[in-house]
Amino acid sequence: MKQRVLAVDDSASIRSLVNYVLGRAGFEVVLAEDGQEALDYAQQNTVDIVLTDINMPNLDGIGLIKGLRELPTYKYVPLLVLTTESGTDKKMEGKAAGATGWIVKPFDPVQLVSTVEKVLA
Amino acid sequence: MTAVQATVEEFSQGAESGNAGGQYLTFMLAGEEYGIEILKVQEIKGWSSATPIPNTPEHVLGVLNLRGAVVPIVDLRKRFELESIEYCETTVVIVVKMQQSDQERTVGLVVDAVADVYRLESSDIQPPPDMGTAVHTEFVRGLATVNEKMVILLDVNHLIDFETVGPVGENSAEQCAAQAADH
Amino acid sequence: MSIDVNMAEIAQLFIEESLEGLDIMESGLLNLDLGAADPETMNSIFRAAHSIKGGGATFGFTEISEFAHHVETLLDEMRQGQRAVTREGVDLMLQSVDCIREMIAGLADGTIDTTRSAELEVELAKMLGEVEPAVSLQDEVLTASSGGSAPNDPQTVEHRVWAIRFEPLPKIFKSCNDPLRMFRELQSLGDLEVHAQGVDELDFEQLDPEECHLNWTLEFQGKVSREQLEEIFAWVLDECELSIEPLALEAEIDADDLKRTDRVPAESPEPVAKVSVPKAVSKKPAVKSVVSTHENTSIRVNIDKVDALINLVGELVITQSMLSRFSGDFDFTQLEGLREGLNQLSRNTRDIQESVLGIRMLPMSFAFSRFPRLVRDTGHALGKKVELRLVGENTELDKTVLEKIGDPLVHLVRNSLDHGLETPEQRVAAGKPETGVLELNAYHEGGNIVIEVIDDGAGINKDKVLSKARESGLVGPDEQLSDEQINNLIFRAGFSTVDQVSDLSGRGVGMDVVRRNISDLGGNVSLTSESGVGSKFTIRLPLTLAILDGQLVRVGKESYIISLVSIVETIQTSAEKVSEIAGQSEVFRLRDEYLPILRLHDLFDVPADSDEIADGLLVVAEANGQRVGIFVDDLQEQQQVVIKSLEANFRQMQGISGATILGDGRIALILDVQGLIQMFHEKTGQVPVLPAVTA
Repeated sequence: MKQRVLAVDDSASIRSLVNYVLGRAGFEVVLAEDGQEALDYAQQNTVDIVLTDINMPNLDGIGLIKGLRELPTYKYVPLLVLTTESGTDKKMEGKAAGATGWIVKPFDPVQLVSTVEKVLA
Repeated sequence: MTAVQATVEEFSQGAESGNAGGQYLTFMLAGEEYGIEILKVQEIKGWSSATPIPNTPEHVLGVLNLRGAVVPIVDLRKRFELESIEYCETTVVIVVKMQQSDQERTVGLVVDAVADVYRLESSDIQPPPDMGTAVHTEFVRGLATVNEKMVILLDVNHLIDFETVGPVGENSAEQCAAQAADH
Repeated sequence: MSIDVNMAEIAQLFIEESLEGLDIMESGLLNLDLGAADPETMNSIFRAAHSIKGGGATFGFTEISEFAHHVETLLDEMRQGQRAVTREGVDLMLQSVDCIREMIAGLADGTIDTTRSAELEVELAKMLGEVEPAVSLQDEVLTASSGGSAPNDPQTVEHRVWAIRFEPLPKIFKSCNDPLRMFRELQSLGDLEVHAQGVDELDFEQLDPEECHLNWTLEFQGKVSREQLEEIFAWVLDECELSIEPLALEAEIDADDLKRTDRVPAESPEPVAKVSVPKAVSKKPAVKSVVSTHENTSIRVNIDKVDALINLVGELVITQSMLSRFSGDFDFTQLEGLREGLNQLSRNTRDIQESVLGIRMLPMSFAFSRFPRLVRDTGHALGKKVELRLVGENTELDKTVLEKIGDPLVHLVRNSLDHGLETPEQRVAAGKPETGVLELNAYHEGGNIVIEVIDDGAGINKDKVLSKARESGLVGPDEQLSDEQINNLIFRAGFSTVDQVSDLSGRGVGMDVVRRNISDLGGNVSLTSESGVGSKFTIRLPLTLAILDGQLVRVGKESYIISLVSIVETIQTSAEKVSEIAGQSEVFRLRDEYLPILRLHDLFDVPADSDEIADGLLVVAEANGQRVGIFVDDLQEQQQVVIKSLEANFRQMQGISGATILGDGRIALILDVQGLIQMFHEKTGQVPVLPAVTA
């Protein structure tokens, strides 16, 4: 069965990039426009890994991570922060909220796939 | 190469040289038999009256509704300045595709009756004789003899000159502006 | 994985999205209250800049990304409250928005001009209080960690043995980091020997399975740099004690040192690729071309509209299956059912038609959105204080009409700012508030949309307009005109009241072009004005170009359609009220006006029932400010018709704007009133003049 990735980003181009790259690598990709939409989805569905942007309207990435970690089904799902925030602060804020790690944009497709594959191995 | 491809290629090669071999649909008009390439024919339908378009030459009968498309109808007798007759049961409209510059138009041609379909080799077709400037031959592609009878092959694309079928708004707008300026 | 065509499409998406982001920034910036910026607006502006920066870098548009980075930095400081939101700041941000727009426009033909962005970068840096421009994005990202694995600096890479001491905190599992993953990753780079410690101390009775109770000493042998090893542990640096030492050296293990190094070097950011963007197919200048790409490529449709359409199609399918029952053996007992089915079909068809047209409908806000900026900038330039009010932004109209109404609206707004509204001094002197009000109002009325441009300025100076018109010969020296006719003068070609050609509306297109553009869309524009109180332009447009509310008229055996928008009224008149001018053209008197009579049967050379004016009807129609009475035999029904082009298979004809298919399958021609009036003037040799007013 395909592994399912929940990708959350308010930018449509980043969403379709992630969708395209991971889709080609054989993942089933679910897309959400912001943290709230992702959290709503997560309450009904399970995924194997979540990739999320930090800066988003409605519910930001940090809020999403906190919310997901409160869900029993997401306690042990890897949550990766996909962000342009290269500063340590944001990464650590993400970590403190329960993120597994991060991928810094700009990312290249090969790196995105290999990181996701490594985490899911 | 399949037969269809062969036909299409011969046709397109012929089209360039001016006397194409291929299949021709022939029809009757004032006792003469005319042929047009069958690939240009979209359908043949019975005659029904068209909505006239004002200020167009007499041979433009008007427009007809062809499954939602607005299609002009041209009377070929009038186009060729032949004597007009009453339309009767055999009168048909041959709907053809005309290619002029970049635009492809669908046009209906009213003829006396449909005659036959022939397959002609390009060697069967002779160029039209030079008739001087008195006779319009720009739409005659060539002549062929079938069963001892002459068939006049038409170039569908040149049957109607859409530039001259009626005054267009913009030119007259300019004229109008020019008049106003003169005043 | 290779980069292919799809990437170009995704990059196109980035462009569209960035343009939208820029619109958000622009309108947000314009709405900012200086000094008391709304945090949510600030955030949305910031997010837009942030996305442009991130996407730009990802898609290899480095210039855009780097420039956006500076903008983002400034916005971030404003957003965090570290910097006051000043007029200068907002102005600079607005200029930056324009600059990014230009850069994006440049993408379409592959040339990004960085002259302007470089200048603005200096400005931004000044504002940020730095002599040098802020740390470039490249530098910043260089210090960032990412999960990559390629060695970045071959010189530091040598084959050696490393001793790694890894002591995770018990909570490490909570972030879903599994030491096993890191070990596997190490294994993929070389030979690994793992020694676990703490196994003996484990008390399985008391053990919390959600915590990590072990720690490890690893011996790794491979051709990697220290940085690569550190990177493998980068995500858990806050959740472990880590030391990495080459085994050859007997170094003191100081984990704290490592922990302090939170700047973990990574490979240089390799953007996805330089993606070439498909060139915009457009003859317009570069800046416009991107806009038009944006317009041409796609239309965003609210999902509700799509769902509604799908539902309707579902209903259609049901109707179809119901009707298909009758295709077999039909007997007349089923007639009622058939009739019912056909009724349902016609209902479905109408609903689907409306729904599909609805998909092309966009809110007026698309056309209004440019005005806050335009009014602000123009007001500045003219030294006028203006408050812009937008009303009815959610009023929907057809996308094509919406796109085409933009320019005429801009012209009208500029005209109101330039000629309508007064300077603050003049206003105060006239006893008005200093700040003028310009209102754009859109609403539906029948099958039309009405857009009003209202100002509370000085109004039309009728004497000035009239004397100007007399000077230029548009109006005879003794001619008397009604107020309405004077107002109409400003729509005449070659008319301008500006004594000095201003940068704004006084140059280039005149109001006559505005009127013509609106007329081309099948609409009309009128002006009402009161001296000292203000002016109001009213534009009336059909909601869509695909469908027209038409009046069928009959001449002899032929039926024609006249757009209801252009019909003023229909009257029956008698021969006494008609006079002939020089045996050429007939005019009839309608209240205080003489209108020319346009005999359709003459113009079109078709037989009419009767030549007698009293036997037929006069349809008073207006186009481009001119009124005529079109003489026809009879009026038939009014109906909505779908407009079909005559040019598709034939050619454009003067006086005819298209054709439509009537219920019985016949074709009826749709009349172009403006074209008819021209034909009429050509035929009678008469130059169009304003109808004289009865004394």
